[in-house]
Amino acid sequence: MIAVAAAAGVLSLAAPPVAAQTTIARSARTADGKPNLNGIWQVLTEANWDLQGHAAAAGPIIQLGAIGAMPPGLGVVEGEEIPYKPEAVAKRKANFADRLKLDPEVKCYLPGVPRATYMPFPFQIVQTPQFILISYEYASAARTIYMKDPGPAPVDSWMGQSVGHWDGDTLVVDVTGFNDQSWFDRAGDYHSDALHVVERYTPHGPDSLMYEATIEDKNVFTKPWKISMPVYRRLEKNVQLMEFKCVEFVEELMYGEYRKKVAK
Amino acid sequence: MATRLWIVIVIGAACLSAQSPKTAKFVPSRTAFGQPDLQGVWTNATLTPLERPAALASKAFFTPAEAGAFEKQAQESNNRDRRGTDATSDLAGAYNQAWFDRGTKVVSTLRTSLIVDPDDGKIPYTADGRKRLSAAADFARAHPADGPEDLALADRCLLWATAGPPMLPGPYNSNYQIFQTPEYVAILVEMIHDVRIIPLDGRPHLASGMREWLGDSRGHWEGNTLVVETTNFTYKSHFRGATENMRLIERFTRTDADTLTYDFTVEDPATFLKPWSASIPMTKSPGPIYEYACHEGNYAIPGILGGARAQEAAAKGGK
Repeated sequence: MIAVAAAAGVLSLAAPPVAAQTTIARSARTADGKPNLNGIWQVLTEANWDLQGHAAAAGPIIQLGAIGAMPPGLGVVEGEEIPYKPEAVAKRKANFADRLKLDPEVKCYLPGVPRATYMPFPFQIVQTPQFILISYEYASAARTIYMKDPGPAPVDSWMGQSVGHWDGDTLVVDVTGFNDQSWFDRAGDYHSDALHVVERYTPHGPDSLMYEATIEDKNVFTKPWKISMPVYRRLEKNVQLMEFKCVEFVEELMYGEYRKKVAK
Repeated sequence: MATRLWIVIVIGAACLSAQSPKTAKFVPSRTAFGQPDLQGVWTNATLTPLERPAALASKAFFTPAEAGAFEKQAQESNNRDRRGTDATSDLAGAYNQAWFDRGTKVVSTLRTSLIVDPDDGKIPYTADGRKRLSAAADFARAHPADGPEDLALADRCLLWATAGPPMLPGPYNSNYQIFQTPEYVAILVEMIHDVRIIPLDGRPHLASGMREWLGDSRGHWEGNTLVVETTNFTYKSHFRGATENMRLIERFTRTDADTLTYDFTVEDPATFLKPWSASIPMTKSPGPIYEYACHEGNYAIPGILGGARAQEAAAKGGK
């Protein structure tokens, strides 16, 4: 008996406390009574290829074959069409034509909002009463949602400044302070630094959220427009965000021309 | 009676080994779900170096007057003309005190190094560890800028010492924001928008074949201290020459209203003779954390590599 107790004592030093190994029940609400959005989430759409409905098509790199082809998508834009100003349509077309060179995703640049949400990577919400952190697997992108308005964004940025509030059980996030560098998708849909995004995250059962984003940019669009899609909880055992530090994967593409030529 | 005396001795020893009795008394507030509250924006900026400078070999602590002199000298040194003879050293020397944000103070403990163990304040390298470090330095001298992989991880916007882990003060933006939920502690590192998400549910580490720049962290609470164990590093992170088998233990403890004491211990028998430890008092910062889009604005890599190619072409041309 003493030997057993001693062995248990040794084990308890080496292993984490037993209580910590039990699964923590997932509560629908946080300690402050708000909907509990904590978790690892991911969308299941082809929106990152093109927000608008599209048939399947060959990709821009012949060698990738079916791997690089564009899967079809029903589209996530309310009313089907993005209301571009006539002069902005040409830039969108030029973006698409030169997407291998111009799409910020090709260069592992920060994805901006709302594109971060529907990149084909999971993201994790870490929810506290004053701040809600969203950590995105893609490019280690991150943003903090301030639940108390800190005033105008001090500087323009890729991910913008996010200010949140609760509208019933919906988290509403007002995002401003963007630069003009990010795109909405691989199809060349773009914006200026006048972009203003209002996101709505609404619980839809224990393992899904409904996501909406209203996009406004007087320099590029004739009126505000809206996208919506469900977001699903990643339910794998011990699921965690992994690193996708893609900077390393684009160095040859971006800097290969400056590499020292090895003498033959 | 004998038992009670024994308990007093044990508790006393525990206090001494953990922290000074004065700071041990601080009782942190708790989150709504009952954890010690570590949340907020913190900075570990300090003029105190990780290792004790050679000139202070026998001195573990400054007197206040010595600390003042060291602080003045460190700031003046940052402002001297440090122009280099090649692109890489020129870039490294292009910053002065207007750019640097290491603070203006040494750590409040007045230690002369962040390392608290071993006593000499130096990383206790094995012969093999030193050999690998000097081989890497030799290679870097022979190949300063053949391609992007020859440049420092920070210059490549892959990993800054501020993120580590362990998280060490960098030249600027040594800022962190901590978020807590019942299941996770998250640390947003300003450089370079890295996020460390630490599960508290006792899950196992990733399989040993899965390696990450920031390693794989697991946390648990020991009293008021958050203890984080990190393994599964990639060999590419090579913290101070360590191998991918490095194991890191970090301890986060609120020690007064404005201080989060960050202690860490590094183990890697292939590189270090014994585990070594450092302690950094992180102080409250008003924030906010800014977006540091490092890679997106990286003009240094084409500048350094392009400069090296231009120099080679000029040399070849018999200039």
